Amino acid sequence: MEFSVMLSTMSAGMLRTGAIFALTLLGSLPLGMIVALLRKSRFAPLRIFIRVYISVIRGTPLMLQLLVWYFGPYYLLGLNIGGWRFPAIIVAFVVNYAAYFAEIYRGGIESIPQGQYEAAQVLGYSRAQTFMRIILPQVVKIIMPSVTNEVITLVKDTSMAFTLAYAEIFSLAKQISASQTSFMPFVIAGVFYFIANYAVEIVMARIEKSMDYYK
Amino acid sequence: MILEMKKIRKKFGGLEVLQDISFDIDSGEVVSIIGPSGSGKSTLLRCATFLETIDGGDIIYMGDKAAWTDEQTGGAVYANAQKLKKFRGYCGLVFQQFNLFPHYSIMKNITDAPMKVQGMGREEAEANAVELLRKMGIEDKADGYPYQLSGGQQQRVAIARALAMKLEILFFDEPTSALDPELTGEVLKVIKQLADENMTMVVVTHEMSFAKAVSDRVIFMDGGVIVEQGTPKDVLENPSEERTRQFLSVFER
Repeated sequence: MEFSVMLSTMSAGMLRTGAIFALTLLGSLPLGMIVALLRKSRFAPLRIFIRVYISVIRGTPLMLQLLVWYFGPYYLLGLNIGGWRFPAIIVAFVVNYAAYFAEIYRGGIESIPQGQYEAAQVLGYSRAQTFMRIILPQVVKIIMPSVTNEVITLVKDTSMAFTLAYAEIFSLAKQISASQTSFMPFVIAGVFYFIANYAVEIVMARIEKSMDYYK
Repeated sequence: MILEMKKIRKKFGGLEVLQDISFDIDSGEVVSIIGPSGSGKSTLLRCATFLETIDGGDIIYMGDKAAWTDEQTGGAVYANAQKLKKFRGYCGLVFQQFNLFPHYSIMKNITDAPMKVQGMGREEAEANAVELLRKMGIEDKADGYPYQLSGGQQQRVAIARALAMKLEILFFDEPTSALDPELTGEVLKVIKQLADENMTMVVVTHEMSFAKAVSDRVIFMDGGVIVEQGTPKDVLENPSEERTRQFLSVFER
């Protein structure tokens, strides 16, 4: 197989990797915030449920979670869902990353001094206004380095979709390497992951810089 | 009467922080509250500004009840959310730690609440803010951010931010305690200026000479009760209670 053919075959895998990455972020960044807020709910059963969820997600391998989401509907519920592979991957990633983001958000929210809430309350801001206008913007700045870390991990974690034989770049690299007895697919995959993460670093650094105007 | 507090009770756990505290604040009056730490001064301000809920007693703003004692349970009941919002609009609080919003420019710190809470237009809010900053002597800082200002300047911004809400009464919770000694003067000067303009104010302070110079009335608190109150001359120079004398003697040294 020629290099250019290899590259173009693998580029389809890059797109699939990109899709997992983008959809996971799109789902888990907001879901993580909801989880972080529910963790502080006044309704105790909900609070406990959230803690158990975070604990289970962080305490078991993502690879296992992928298998559970994919095979669970059949083994647990007897359901045969057509075309479930890709949705299962996205659900597994979103549910997994939301737990981690929730803990990052929580750390950020808890680091905002009580005085900020009090100043806002005395000025008459509603609870929603206080959160959206005063607390959240400060939280975002504080958590940026941790979020960057998590996003970079996600780029590499997409390779775990390999477990469900989804033809993202890692699966393709392994396949093509075996069939062509070539080392080159691994090099291509490695370079791809590195460039993707380099782009993540640049973008996140820009975002961090845009919030440098205050301390 | 701007504010009437009647038989206010407040407990933290088993500790009675406020025990049957009663006092009135008249329009244009400047009242200083002094007393040792842990005497309940700050808690009293926090109850008056609705940051803490009382366990019993009446809070009456402009003749209108914000909180009262329930006859049956003996506990406190608060007015509905809509009314409380109105009462919150009457009062402002300046904190010991300033609590400016670090991500907002000085201008936005002052204009955001009038615009987002009271629905004031940007032009009016900004014109007000410029006027207030001029009064505070920091009109050149409008575009800066809190971290670029000294403590004394930050506290003056905090005062401007509170005043922008067109208050009936402004509370100060040890406004100079977090400041270096050379910066307290500029903040006290601003408060004095407000007193001269007949702003109704309640100031928790450890600055005795300031309390003497500015206030119409001084309240001495200890152990969750008002030990004595009266004119600055009476309370600070001729205290009738032994506990007041003890407390004041610390400052004479």
